Formats: sequence, C-alpha cells, structure tokens
Amino acid sequence: MQLIEAKNLFVKYGSFNALSDVSFEIASKEIVTIVGPNGSGKTSFIRAIIGAVTPNSGTIKLKPGIRFGYVPQRLNIDPTLPISVERFMRLTGNYKKDACHQALLRVNAPEVMAKQMSELSGGQLQRVLLAKALLGSPELLILDEPTQGLDQPGAAAFYKQIEKLRNETGCAILMVGHDLHVVMSASDRVICLNGHVCCSGTPQAVAATPEYQKLFGNGADGVLALYRHNHDHDHDHNHDCIDVSAGVSV
Amino acid sequence: MLDDFMMRALLAGLGVALVSAPLGCFVVWRRMAYFGDATAHAAMLGVALSLAIDTDVFIGALILASLMAWITTSLSGRNYSMDTLLGVLSHSFLAMGLVIVTFVQGVRIDLMAYLFGDILAVSKFDLSVIWIGAVAVLGLISWRWKPLFLATINEDLSYASGINPKREQLILTVALGVTVAVSIKVIGVLLITAMLIIPTAAARNLARNPEMMAIVACLISCGSVYSGLEVSYAYDTPPGPTIVCMALAAFLLLNIVSALRKISS
Repeated sequence: MQLIEAKNLFVKYGSFNALSDVSFEIASKEIVTIVGPNGSGKTSFIRAIIGAVTPNSGTIKLKPGIRFGYVPQRLNIDPTLPISVERFMRLTGNYKKDACHQALLRVNAPEVMAKQMSELSGGQLQRVLLAKALLGSPELLILDEPTQGLDQPGAAAFYKQIEKLRNETGCAILMVGHDLHVVMSASDRVICLNGHVCCSGTPQAVAATPEYQKLFGNGADGVLALYRHNHDHDHDHNHDCIDVSAGVSV
Repeated sequence: MLDDFMMRALLAGLGVALVSAPLGCFVVWRRMAYFGDATAHAAMLGVALSLAIDTDVFIGALILASLMAWITTSLSGRNYSMDTLLGVLSHSFLAMGLVIVTFVQGVRIDLMAYLFGDILAVSKFDLSVIWIGAVAVLGLISWRWKPLFLATINEDLSYASGINPKREQLILTVALGVTVAVSIKVIGVLLITAMLIIPTAAARNLARNPEMMAIVACLISCGSVYSGLEVSYAYDTPPGPTIVCMALAAFLLLNIVSALRKISS
C-alpha cells in the first residue's frame, strides 16, 4: 500500500491553474523531492496533501490512519508572543516533556527546550520544527522548502539529518526543495513540477531530461556535482562543529 | 449596591477589561490592530441605525461590527491591499454613522457618549448585557484557546493537525464583534482598540508564556479601569479617556522597568 496516492489533481486560484493533472504516489521509506521554478505549484501541491487546499478535481487517497508530520516553511510568531520551545512542541497532541526532549535530542538541539521561540536562530527554529513533526512518530514527513533561510553548509547539514532520520525511523519523506544540487542528491526520486509533472525519476534521470534542463539550465556544475567542500569541517548557526562533507557526498 | 452609579461604572469597566485583555492578546499576536479599529468604527453606523429605529445601540453595533468583520475576512484584496480596504470601509462606516445620527428626530444625541463612551451612565440593563457578552466571549476564547493559538502561529501547521484555521479566524471575528458591541457604552468606538492593545502590549514585558500574558493583561486592564475611574472622579476628567491614559501609564512604566532591568543585567 502506498502512503499517498494522488490522482489527476487540478488546483485553480481564480483563472490561474496552479496544478494541472498531477498524479503522485509515495511508498514507505521513500525520499521524494519536488523541484520546480517559482509559481510552479510546489506549495499548492503540499498544501493539497495536508488538506489546506481542496483540489478542484482529482482524488487524494491517504493510507488509512497515516501519521504524518508537517514542517512548515516558517512560523508567524510575533515578537509579542511569549512561548517557549517546549510549549510550542506540546501545542498539539498529548506529548510529555520527556518525548519533546527526545525529539530535540534527535535533531541535535536539546539545549533550546526552555528558550523562547522568538530567541531562536534560523537553524535552531528549523530543528525545532523538525523535532515537533517527529513527535508523533510519523510514517511520512512533509517538509516545505525546509532550508529556506539557511546558508549552504546549513542546508547540507539539514539534508544529512533528514537522510539519517529516514534511516533510523523508516519514515518516508516528501519535501519541496530549491537548492537543487544538494536536495536532489539526497533523494530517491525527484519530481520536476511546472504546473504539471514535467518529469520524474531518479535524480540522475531527471537531471538528464530536456524538460529539466529547459527549466533549470544545464550548467557545468549540473545536479550531480554535489556540494563538495574541501573544508575539514564547517559551522552551523549554533557554532557546533558539524561534518558537512560526509553527509552529502555519494 | 447596583444603585450607585460609580459601582455600576466600575463593574461595567471591569467586564470590558476582563474580555478585552485576552482577546487583545490575539489581536496583538496576529497583528490585527487595524482590523480591530475598523470593526469598532463600523459599529458607529450600527449605533446610528439603532437610534434611527429606536432600539438598543448594542444590537445595531453588534450587527454592524459583525458585518464589518465578516466583510473584511472574506474580502481578498484584488485591486486594493487589505490595509486600504480596511481604511475605506472603516472610515466610511464611521462617517456614515455620524451623518445619519443628525437625521435622527427627537432628543438631541450626545455623540461624545458613543465616540468616547459614557461609563457613568451605564444602566443595570447595560451592565447585564456587558457581563453576558464578556462571559460568552471569555468562554469561547478559553474553549478554543489551543486551536486559536496554533492557527495564529501557522495556518498550514494547523491544517496538518486537523484544525481549520479559517474557522478559528471566524471565531475571533465573532468574539471581536461582540466585544466591540458591549464596550461601546463604556469606552466608545474610538477607544475600544486601546483597551485591546495597550494592556496586552504592557503585559508582554512580564510574560514568559501566552496564558500568563493574558492574565497579566487582564490585571493591568482592570487596574486601569479602577484607577481611571478614581482619577476621573477626583479631577472631573472624562472617564473613558482617563482609563486609557492609565493603561498607557502602565505600558510606559513596565517598558521602562524592563529596559532598566536589561541594562543592569
């Protein structure tokens, strides 16, 4: 049984067709990445899956009782809103403090638990959002441009973490990516979206299609020229020492 | 006890303070201050229409405030930004209300009472309307506290958790309409937003979590009502504006204290 089976989705905003005849499925433990230019319907697609947008036609079948975790692009926390990381994580579901701590450990950010959400750096916020999504032991993790606002080493470290999570927990991962080189290398399957599905398949196969090259060009550093740095190490926003090169090279 | 006009004024003020402070938290967190203003201004048209057909102003204000809130939540700015649309509706409703009032036959109407409130003239009936409205809104907010909160933080996250943020927004809209309607006699259409925003903004300095912020805002709000009435009685100043000035004093004081604390630490 697939986790999600979407068939012939159409989403319209007024006269604008955000999605035209998009079909999609994802199996357990798969990492699927959606790429596409701005306005290509990536976010509409994700929003249709989580139920924030009702498709004008088409069907979305979820595996009965599926547990999914959603990681939004950003939060809308006004500086006047006092809320700690722990409270934020416990806003939905019925999770104990200990479960929150475990989830934060999993994303290497146990120290932020008592902090206020407004005090977090971009990288820390990203980890907290991920930890919150992990709380329900999801079978499917959905991430909407998870690395927006992170620099390249930060993004690379993030994808490395995602891959590790998949290996440890076995949850499938569906994400929208914009840093093509890095995100595609970490995926089992890539779907190139531009209102409709232009092409899909393994990263190598997609990168070689004329449709993909038309959308993104085929610069010399193409998709499979991975993010390789010769630094021994790099720093994330916490100035923790992280090993970037190990995670993303194939 | 309720035969004393000062006691009625105090109870009316406390009713408004108790409901406006927690609702004000959401107004501040969601950056809806201008939206609150627009809803309150629109209520003036409701007041005028009620006077024209000789019903209680509460009814007209409730209908117009809800109508305004509904219009603005369902309008998506196509040719104009939300900010502009709110401005157009808010001030035209206010102006229309003021024009219509002049056509109302009979007793001369004291406009100031509706623009800035006339807390000293609150009747026993008004008092019961205020408290019923306040308790209803407080109940609604505490019942929906978590979903309201989640919808404030991120709409898609709340969709993903099975909570429809549009519904939560509608709940806030209704709560705002009721609050505006019950507050008119106490504080007037022009100053209602002050009671939503100022105590809440002052409370931010003392709060580490959202519930505490709502409770502290309630305390500041009630304190402003009490001290505002005392000052107004002693110096014969208009009570509504005096209450707002007291809230402002709390806001300034708490901000100065918290700035000093930051410097010393």
